[in-house]
Amino acid sequence: MAPGPHPTPPRPAPRSAGETVPAPPVTRPVHEKMTGAQMIVRSLEALGVEHVFGIPGGTILPTYDPLMDSSIRHYLVRHEQGAGHAATGYAHVTGKVGVCIATSGPGATNLVTPLADANLDSVPVVAITGQVGSTLIGTDAFQEADIVGVTMPITKHSILVKDPAEIPNAIASAFHIAGTGRPGPVVVDIAKSAQVAEAVFDWPQRLVLPGYHPVTKPHAKQVREAARLLATARRPVILVGGGVIRAGASERLRALVEVSGAPACTTLTAIGALPDDHPQHLGMPGMHGTVAAVAALQKADLIVALGTRFDDRVTGQLSTFAPKAAIVHADIDPAEIGKNKAVDVPIVGDLREVLTDLVPELEREHTQHGKPDLEAWWRQVDAWRETFPLGYDEPSDGLMAPQSVISRIGRAAGPEAVYVAGVGQHQMWASQFITYQRPRSWLNSAGLGTMGYAIPAAMGAKVGAPDRTVWAIDGDGCFQMTNQELATCVINEIPIKVAIINNSSLGMVRQWQTLFYEERYSNTDLHTGHGTMRVPDFVKLADAYGAVGMRCESKADIDATIAKAMEIDDRPVVVDFTVSRDAMVWPMVAAGVSNDDIQYARGITPAWDRED
Amino acid sequence: MSRHTLSVLVENKPGVLTRVAGLFARRAFNIHSLAVGPTEHADISRITVVVDVDERPLEQVTKQLNKLINVIKIVELENESSVQRELLLVKVRAEGDQRTHVLEVVNLFRAHVVDVVPDAVVIEATGSPGKLDALLVALAPFGIREIVQSGIVAIGRGARSITDRTLERVGRSA
Repeated sequence: MAPGPHPTPPRPAPRSAGETVPAPPVTRPVHEKMTGAQMIVRSLEALGVEHVFGIPGGTILPTYDPLMDSSIRHYLVRHEQGAGHAATGYAHVTGKVGVCIATSGPGATNLVTPLADANLDSVPVVAITGQVGSTLIGTDAFQEADIVGVTMPITKHSILVKDPAEIPNAIASAFHIAGTGRPGPVVVDIAKSAQVAEAVFDWPQRLVLPGYHPVTKPHAKQVREAARLLATARRPVILVGGGVIRAGASERLRALVEVSGAPACTTLTAIGALPDDHPQHLGMPGMHGTVAAVAALQKADLIVALGTRFDDRVTGQLSTFAPKAAIVHADIDPAEIGKNKAVDVPIVGDLREVLTDLVPELEREHTQHGKPDLEAWWRQVDAWRETFPLGYDEPSDGLMAPQSVISRIGRAAGPEAVYVAGVGQHQMWASQFITYQRPRSWLNSAGLGTMGYAIPAAMGAKVGAPDRTVWAIDGDGCFQMTNQELATCVINEIPIKVAIINNSSLGMVRQWQTLFYEERYSNTDLHTGHGTMRVPDFVKLADAYGAVGMRCESKADIDATIAKAMEIDDRPVVVDFTVSRDAMVWPMVAAGVSNDDIQYARGITPAWDRED
Repeated sequence: MSRHTLSVLVENKPGVLTRVAGLFARRAFNIHSLAVGPTEHADISRITVVVDVDERPLEQVTKQLNKLINVIKIVELENESSVQRELLLVKVRAEGDQRTHVLEVVNLFRAHVVDVVPDAVVIEATGSPGKLDALLVALAPFGIREIVQSGIVAIGRGARSITDRTLERVGRSA
């Protein structure tokens, strides 16, 4: 079915459309002659960079020399992918631009996954890569890869620099592009010849980006229309996306939720934008969302979508998603509006500004026309909540329930901790069974679904927030993809805590094999868990890295083990929780199926009131 | 399926054409033709791209293009309010008596002969895609040996220039 034409959001005239922006001041005198390598370091310093993650190699060697004398702390990772995810974790927790550095060729291509990851989850990251000397470019030189070409489809922007004089401007532009508008990754690929050559360091006073002018201020008429709809809807739902966290708009979101009185749900990237214990919070929508959140969206007459992109994991089968709802969609990226779901009221703008304008506008509507009566709607929503709460059964094999382990970690570490998940069942359980109360406390690879995200991202998060407890909730499959960064953590004294939810298999794939492939478990057995060869033995592995390794195999030991892990603060801790492999993630909407067919548990679909 | 002509002003930087073409490919937008060249401003190039929009609305194409940092401005040129031209070079068999008939067709279409050898001519023609198609149909009976065709270039009718404000803005910030 062809979607109808979408109303074009009115866009205010771009400010002095040349979009020149003031660049940050440099502390030391400018117009000094130096090498390109020195300029790279000087530029990063000028931009306030304190931490970078990377590995040196042939074409980035010149830059690592002045880096030794810099105030910037460099963390030598063990694989470039680790540098990329660490930069992402750092950026996510701090709200600043994360930085990673790699050499040309394999160094740069190892950054591809974290860059794609940051792109899909809109995380501000700058990757600085060495490139072969400018006369060698295009000759298939040793360790040459066209990383600008490779990353073009998976970055917000990329820049190849061959002239040393262009370095300050390229790096300043990269930071500006990565961190403003819809955040995203930017690659600055710098030829070795440009790092070695000398030029005058000329810090740009203005950035010349004639094609880049993100709209931040929403159109007043659209905001008024959104307020009018929200004030008159009978079954409204506020659908909160990760954009609210990126925009630092959580407080304002809460105001909107409370003034409107509407139910709200937070997508996988938005967890923590609204406290989980807020009475109007229905949980997460989508494939593994709560029945209440999924059902409320399906039955809504109005969805106010904020900084979200109607991803297929949220909508299920798009044609049957929220069929009766009018859609208000606010996002800083105009291309997201109307991309998947036809929109009635488009609002392009920074969520902070959108919410700052929308809340008083809604209050004005209420003063003039009274608050809408949402009692019947809430009765319905509460009935779903009461009938279909999140929960789990104790496994029949007598092993620990993974959900129980995760929820106890959440209780022990509390809402101020940072939780970083890998990808799979444990990620979904961590999103479901930990109570998140603040933004920037939940990190995961939502869009790309990158197994191996947790350890390096947790490392970056701990560097960015050294005073917060950082728990990586990882799977036994994920952990084996990036655990080499434990070495980085031990040596640099980055005391992250790792809970391996060890079900001895690629659990989510196994769950699908259980449900859709007649329990034919093709290549999902990892032999790491209870009663197996334990290859590798995670406790010994942790020990080999100089981290503390522990194993927990019985329910009775869970709390004591977590308490012990919480006490250790001078080294990383790895706890191998050997859990049942038969636990499954529920509720579930099978891929490509309508959200109406959500299963609360295997074979149990809520009987919807046909009158609705 | 509907066809649209977009004029895209871009920064004159390496790799910009790749970015635009790559965007079309990965978002599954169909390019019918594409032409790129310099403009009156050294820092700006102009890409004329003709897209066939199927289910995906044109709006999504322009929004995604706009997200490219090096894309400065996009204008859709409607058929009625713009001049749209393609260039065609065609090598046609033209031996003996046939040559006169070929030249008649050339004159009829206000095309030019730009190369002559005893048994063939090369004809240059510009025009709308419709006109050039008609020319090819007329030449077909003589035996077409080779065809090369440019993408469409297009410009709006009237005094207004789509680069005016853009030039101002680039000039100011440079």
